[in-house]
Amino acid sequence: MQKKLLLAALAATFGMSATASYAASHGAGTLQAVMDKGFVQCGVTGGVRGFSAPDENNNWTGLEVDFCRALASAIFDDADAVRYTPLTSTERFAALSSGEIDVLSRTTTWTMTRDTSLGINFVGVMFYDGQGFMVRKSDGITSALELGGASVCIEAGTTTELNAADYFSSNNIDVNTVVFEEQDEVLKAYEDGRCDVYTTDSSALAAERLNLEDPDAHLILSQIISKEPLGPSVRQGDDAWFNLNRWVYFLLLNAEELGVTQANVDDMLASDNPAIKRLLGVEGTYGDLIGVSNDWGYRIIKALGNYGEMYERHVGPNTEIGIARGVNALWTDGGIQYAPPIR
Amino acid sequence: MASGVPLQKTKTAVKRISSEEGWLNMASENESSGSKAVSDAPAKASLVNDPRVRAIFYQALLLAGVVWFFIYIFGNLNANRASQNIRTGFDFFGNTSSFDIGFTLIDYDRSSTFLDVLIVGFLNTMLVAVIGIILATILGFALGIARLSSNWIVARLATILVETFRNIPLLLQMFFWYFGVLKLMPGVKQSLELPLFIVFNNRGIVTPAPILSDNFNTVWIALLITIVAAFFVTRWANARQDATGIRPPAARINAAMIIGVTGAVWLISGASLNWSIPVLIGFNYQNGIHIPPEFLALLWALTIYTAVFIAEIVRAGILAVPTGQSEAAKSLGLKEGDRLRQVIIPQALRVIVPPLTSQYLNLTKNSSLAVAIGYPELVSVFMGTSLNQTGQAVEVVAVTMLIYLTLSLTTSAFMNWYNARIALTER
Ligand SMILES: N[C@@H](CCC(=O)N[C@@H](CS)C(=O)NCC(=O)O)C(=O)O
Repeated sequence: MQKKLLLAALAATFGMSATASYAASHGAGTLQAVMDKGFVQCGVTGGVRGFSAPDENNNWTGLEVDFCRALASAIFDDADAVRYTPLTSTERFAALSSGEIDVLSRTTTWTMTRDTSLGINFVGVMFYDGQGFMVRKSDGITSALELGGASVCIEAGTTTELNAADYFSSNNIDVNTVVFEEQDEVLKAYEDGRCDVYTTDSSALAAERLNLEDPDAHLILSQIISKEPLGPSVRQGDDAWFNLNRWVYFLLLNAEELGVTQANVDDMLASDNPAIKRLLGVEGTYGDLIGVSNDWGYRIIKALGNYGEMYERHVGPNTEIGIARGVNALWTDGGIQYAPPIR
Repeated sequence: MASGVPLQKTKTAVKRISSEEGWLNMASENESSGSKAVSDAPAKASLVNDPRVRAIFYQALLLAGVVWFFIYIFGNLNANRASQNIRTGFDFFGNTSSFDIGFTLIDYDRSSTFLDVLIVGFLNTMLVAVIGIILATILGFALGIARLSSNWIVARLATILVETFRNIPLLLQMFFWYFGVLKLMPGVKQSLELPLFIVFNNRGIVTPAPILSDNFNTVWIALLITIVAAFFVTRWANARQDATGIRPPAARINAAMIIGVTGAVWLISGASLNWSIPVLIGFNYQNGIHIPPEFLALLWALTIYTAVFIAEIVRAGILAVPTGQSEAAKSLGLKEGDRLRQVIIPQALRVIVPPLTSQYLNLTKNSSLAVAIGYPELVSVFMGTSLNQTGQAVEVVAVTMLIYLTLSLTTSAFMNWYNARIALTER
């Protein structure tokens, strides 16, 4: 009997490794795997309002959540076919490269090191951001240059850590950094007075300020010390999945540029404009090129609207976060969001 | 490296089987009786039916399977990493870290390397582990003895403490000591200024820092030499006491020697000792030694949590000494304190030391929870930030595991040596 157990264990050992056989690298590809399981596994933050956070009904919402929902719309015609994995900054890249998630859409800055050496590829930029500082109004600080001797709270494993070190050392300012793994702890330590300064992406600061007991007692300095292009990323080595993600992003921008919105998308199906025809799949077989249905554009816009609508819905001036479009406007409106044409 | 532990386990399992001729053999014997009819064995059993040969064969097969498994997953890992263009190797150790660490025992800034990060993290872990072990031992022994006290209140209080802190998860306790207590601390502007220029606020404790002149080294050397000498004086005094029954005043001799000689050297060498006093400038106190609240909270949480376990071990150890021993000591006229120190504890230690070792190992490993409250120890700065900035998860995790393993094995070796020393020698 025991001998049989032993043999079974051995067989399992060999068998298991044989089936796991290089599947991750030479397997059928992420798109096929996603179609088979029926949903997109999307890596998000533990909760940054406007980008990815659970709403009052415990549904994930936000600009970056909408990217995952757009993907699901293109693949399944169902924006809800997404499952979410909240990740800390330190966990996120390993989660993506190990295959735990299909796409990372989590306030992640596109940098050269990350793009080239972590086994991931950035798809595009959902939000052009920069690092800022939040301080107590009562401290009477007007510039980050006055922060000598201050304690600075930071989240671990971020570009924030690097930028802060760069900025303070190049300005010969001596500060004391306190680094936490979880965003909640960073905020709590700042609120409890452990730190004088909370620094991170300025969009996240705007969102986090709302979580403080008395938001009005705190001030976000106007100084921006870095470039933080935040965008989704996918595993390296799967070009088909990368292409799909990238063109979903471009589609959102193109739709806004062509004036196609959630409200008018049905009317637009009858449009004479060839660019709109291609966008909505009335003409051409652009869906085929990325492995989804040809009406992928229609599906996405019908479910979620274009990029501008997403922006206004989650982070725009009419939301509680209230960030003006600024550089995130389309190139036609003086911003830098620009997408190659669908043709 | 993730492979290290299971491999080890399997090896010992194999060893056990072969040394005891254990269940494997028995199993094949059972089987062979069942299969005899089929194989129609000749008088001289074939090798296939020799239980010994079969046992060796299966063990070899198991070992080959395990080895093959690890070679396989390692190959798989490398293939996957290559196909995703993940950087591999240990070159990153020489690269600039580019981030700051808030509390370091050596010089460190953003231009230091990842190797420096590793050292900073390691030293911070060691600092909290060593101080924590010392404090937990003292507190644990005190609590353990208190639980056995004949004073009802003392015993009950100790029991309540032990049962409370033993049964709440350590991470929760850390959050409590850090966030709970931090909130109650005064802000920088309202700092508590204690005597001796010690300052206390929600940035931790700031104490004056000694500033030593270069030739202060001679004083340290004098101190070291006199301490070594004092050790020999004590041994000599012990020997005299054993031989004559009269103890020379070793303590007084030693005190006079250490203070007198070191003091004289200090005066003659002209070495100077100044103090840098903390002063409030801008956001915080400048100068002095800063002990951050993260360190204090972590140290305190680890100390208490480990001490209550040690208390139980100590109590068990003392109870394991037969009551006849303390009765005999009493009848010899020894006072309560001497009974404990000379008779009970030395015997109890033999029971206490092995589980105590586990507690020391636990404390060291538990310090890795510190990442939750922002203390920059090994896991936080190396397996957290460095891993994330370099993306080399496999290498970083392997190195970290190796360090914890080395630390634990070293502690174990030391405690085993100590245990052997105090073991009962039969006469
Ligand atoms: N953009 C920076 C920072 C990203 C980041 O972690 N931001 C924080 C802002 S507070 C965050 O999203 N935290 C959410 C969480 O940890 O759940 C990066 O990519 O390194």
